[in-house]
Amino acid sequence: MTTTLSTPTFLDRAKKFAPAPRYASLVATLVLLVVFFGIGASRYRNFASGQVVLNLFVDNAFLIVLAVGMTFVILTGGIDLSVGSVVALSTMIAASLAQAGWNPGLIILIVLAVGSGIGLLSGLVIHYFKIQPFIATLAAMFLARGLCYVISLDSIPITDPFFTALARRIVFAPKLSINPSVIIALVIVAVAFVVLHYTRTGRTVYAIGGGEYSGVLMGLPVSRTKVLVYVISGFCSGVAGILFSLYTLSGYGRTGIGLELDAIAAVVIGGTLLSGGSGFVIGSVLGVLLLGIIQTIISFEGTLSSWWTRIVIGALLLVFILLQKVLTLRRR
Amino acid sequence: MNAVRSITRSRLFWPVTALAALLIFNVIVTPGFFGITLKDGHLFGSLIDILRNGAPTMLVALGMTLVIATRGIDLSVGAIAAISGAVACTIIGDAPDPGNPGVVAVAIIVAVVLSLILGSWNGLLVAAFGIQPIVATLILMTAGRGIAMLITEGNILTITSPPYKFIGAGFLFGLPFAIIIVAVMVAIAALLTRKTALGLLIESVGINPAASRIAGVRSRGIVWVVYIFSGLCAGIAGLIISSNVTAADANSAGLWIELDAILAVVIGGTSLAGGRYSLTGTIVGAIVIQTLTTTVYTAGIPKEIALVFKAIVVIAVCLLQSPVVQDWMHRRRPTPSSTKAVAS
Repeated sequence: MTTTLSTPTFLDRAKKFAPAPRYASLVATLVLLVVFFGIGASRYRNFASGQVVLNLFVDNAFLIVLAVGMTFVILTGGIDLSVGSVVALSTMIAASLAQAGWNPGLIILIVLAVGSGIGLLSGLVIHYFKIQPFIATLAAMFLARGLCYVISLDSIPITDPFFTALARRIVFAPKLSINPSVIIALVIVAVAFVVLHYTRTGRTVYAIGGGEYSGVLMGLPVSRTKVLVYVISGFCSGVAGILFSLYTLSGYGRTGIGLELDAIAAVVIGGTLLSGGSGFVIGSVLGVLLLGIIQTIISFEGTLSSWWTRIVIGALLLVFILLQKVLTLRRR
Repeated sequence: MNAVRSITRSRLFWPVTALAALLIFNVIVTPGFFGITLKDGHLFGSLIDILRNGAPTMLVALGMTLVIATRGIDLSVGAIAAISGAVACTIIGDAPDPGNPGVVAVAIIVAVVLSLILGSWNGLLVAAFGIQPIVATLILMTAGRGIAMLITEGNILTITSPPYKFIGAGFLFGLPFAIIIVAVMVAIAALLTRKTALGLLIESVGINPAASRIAGVRSRGIVWVVYIFSGLCAGIAGLIISSNVTAADANSAGLWIELDAILAVVIGGTSLAGGRYSLTGTIVGAIVIQTLTTTVYTAGIPKEIALVFKAIVVIAVCLLQSPVVQDWMHRRRPTPSSTKAVAS
């Protein structure tokens, strides 16, 4: 009797896993992106140009990389508050070592190692000492920010020829240009996409978010993967730090304050559940682009002050969180 | 022997030890650290300064303790503090006579009512819509500073109003008024939660929301109330911060106070997983954080580098309180009481 009853409910549930609700949040972000672009294009004359679109990538390359790392962490149900500070620390290390005349390749390796190392520490503390991700990464945030000021209290300019060459724009068509940062960011997005959707590690990341204990019972390498996501986020913060230092051609301990909030907002707006287990890295990229387009519109408007950006991002967060709530309720 | 054990096993043991160590270090570095002098009927001294400068963090942490006890978290307190200060300073700045006590009273009432509204907005999202607390309060955290900037039109509003300055910098009965505000709020919270069943109900909601609801606890209402209380505490903290510098700075007022407050709660021995909470622990935790900041100042280290020490203290205290380390320590020294607890 019970089996005949449970079969249809299982089917019902399977039906509800059909693509539509799963991608609904992603589609909503895409629609909003188009709508905002339409608003911009109809209001301002020079808005609907290829360069405006490309600039979305140029200006937000570092944020795209950060959001990719954050997506891994949030998919496991964790959070990483340290990314903004690690970006600042990376710019400081890069700038101070470049000033001391170190080899650029070595500098990049050191920055990536420091970023990954901080992520590794957070991950180990979170997994083996059962400290909440919020607190552990908060400590990492303080540590990285403090270390910035240990290096220097002032801003350090970057004049190294290798870095200035990397910061230059590549013009590939009349009036269309990008910079190497965009290519790096897109490569990282592609790698993250492949890892999340086509490897065992990726599936383990989703499984941890869906239910850590079930993952352990299934024999998945939960411990290793749980620590790994924080290393990935730290590595991405290191990369983002290098991109950020190329973007500003300087290192400064006060950069990137609140960047972690932007990254988290982009991930949430991109449709990833903060409770973990559901979301897409492409969604996070769309989330970053949506934040970018809002900023572009506000700068085109001219009379609107910058604080409207924060209010609009807050409102968008509200809309998407309520949308997710409705979707998950329907799924149940 | 049992007495010693019960002291070291107490949740207050590590925070109090940390505080004592910091104070001893200070006395060694600056021998006159404990000195308190009476000037013009007002008490002055490093210890008084620690309490006064720590007042906003203590207030915010007080509200945060109850929120965390219900298994929640309130990230928006810094933003609420900024909004509350911005509103009060705007009202006083726009008035023809900023020094008029009536104007100041109106400004304070409006700011407090607004904080209550913002707190109930968080409560609405968490209790009524069932959104994860960290996400629900992230909205106001992100938008809040924008709103505060909107109120001050992006400027740092400086005001000259002696009655308003009294909140943060005044003295009453020889003590800084800010300390008295904190004492009153702590007393109210302690009376309401420890002399009535409210504290028990808050803990039960934090330990198991579903079971509490089935047992007849109105968990939604309780959750809503703690977010409103947290908003109120943040609003008053915002008034103290802006009054202390007689200016509203939408960008930096209360910046990272949410993190300090959460730290104070965690150092004080309240678990982020909800349930049992300790108001005394939170206050001790807030004082530890403020003493650490002061210590770094007196040791002549730039205040920015203080963050490194803060990180070390956070990790040390959290690791010592983590279940893994606690288990390890108890396994090394099994006590009759622990085996009894396991048996039962």
